[in-house]
Amino acid sequence: MSRSLRVLAFVAGLAGAALLGGCASLEPWVQPYERERLADPIMRLSRDALADKHREHVYDVRESSRGATGVQGGGCGCN
Amino acid sequence: MVATRPWLRRLRQVLARRPHHAVRASRLLGRSVVVGGALAAGAVYAVDLPEDRADLMYHRYDGGGTRADGPAVLIRKKVADRVSLSGSYFVDSVSNASIDVVTTASPYKEKRTEYTVGGDYVYRDAMVSLSGTTSDEPDYKANTVGLDVTQEVFGGMTTLSLGYSRGSDKVGSRYQGFFDTAQHWRYRFGVTQILTPRWLMSANLEAVSDNGYLGNPYRVAQVFGTAVQERYPRTRSSRAVKLRAVGDIGQGEQRAAIRGEYRYFWDNWEIKAHTVELGYTRYFGAQWLGEAFVRYNTQKQALFYSDNAKTETLYVSRNKQLSDFNDVSVGAKGTYSLGKYADRFDVKLNAQYQFMRFRYKNFTDIRDGSLYSFDANVLELFVSATF
Repeated sequence: MSRSLRVLAFVAGLAGAALLGGCASLEPWVQPYERERLADPIMRLSRDALADKHREHVYDVRESSRGATGVQGGGCGCN
Repeated sequence: MVATRPWLRRLRQVLARRPHHAVRASRLLGRSVVVGGALAAGAVYAVDLPEDRADLMYHRYDGGGTRADGPAVLIRKKVADRVSLSGSYFVDSVSNASIDVVTTASPYKEKRTEYTVGGDYVYRDAMVSLSGTTSDEPDYKANTVGLDVTQEVFGGMTTLSLGYSRGSDKVGSRYQGFFDTAQHWRYRFGVTQILTPRWLMSANLEAVSDNGYLGNPYRVAQVFGTAVQERYPRTRSSRAVKLRAVGDIGQGEQRAAIRGEYRYFWDNWEIKAHTVELGYTRYFGAQWLGEAFVRYNTQKQALFYSDNAKTETLYVSRNKQLSDFNDVSVGAKGTYSLGKYADRFDVKLNAQYQFMRFRYKNFTDIRDGSLYSFDANVLELFVSATF
């Protein structure tokens, strides 16, 4: 690791520690009774697991990018 | 207990409002009774198990000379009050006459069958999920096991998730049988954060490492205009970061939501990709739910990709999936609620259609020398029942 990267990592660590220190006094600002809208199906990041899995498979087979989808993939089927 | 007073104050405010808020007030009252009962019983599970559900789907992809379709089934059921078990079956019947195939070999048909079993276990604010998947084709067998842990923190406003998967594949061809293997390791981390009563967002990071045979035994590359066997590195390592935000933009009784997603992907084959997706969802009356979305993906080619290599290199590929290209999608989804069946099953009919257009910037159709592009249609028709 180069010197500049080490300095960057140190500064990022300090900033992270300062941010986390600030969290100690934070209280949840959206109370459970205010989450009715968030509980609606239209707010879900993945509403239909099986259909999402098919879409992700279509992308996986044709695009190079992969991962971080929140949908767990299975086998390849790439040949 | 600190939250008790504001909660009661809010309840009084809701009760004092217009009559249609009575429904919401009754929900709040119901919740307070449930929470009170649970506290008395000494068993509070902040994390909910996934709801019991059954899906039966027909899916189809048709584009660029390839058609893949088949049925899929998913069943999920709670066992006791802390465990949910799931199983799925997925079939891809592929008839392939894609440009890779028609320019170098003969069209073929094959079938891929995938089975997945999984279990989720809830303990206080955490959920542990285990899953196993096996995918079987005549020339490719893949087995994957995964472990995911989800933890709610910060009064349920933040959900953290950590996951790991390990895949082990057998690679073969019609002419040689199984001749090599590949292994995959996936490490993922995610945060979902409630921002306001109407907005939430998530950030996901996933690292994937591969080792083994990562190419395709049927595909050929071109070097000085001559077809040669592709040569791939035997390792690959990639990272992806995805940010998502969902917001409720409904007014009054009308419920509607918008979502935005962005993913940045990079790997040590020097591929870099950006993917953006935007969606709009809304209810139409009590029974219809509609969604429209657009998606754009663009990527830069792998270091060893070449349409027609002019120098001899250790690795060479003419896999258009590794080339410089973009694809655009527009899609729509409709859900119709049939209502309760047998007083227990909440049945919905769903249809989703997506149009895709792929445009390649350095992959030519060797039949006429033009840059290659193709369109695809993706369809999912499914019945889902929650119970």
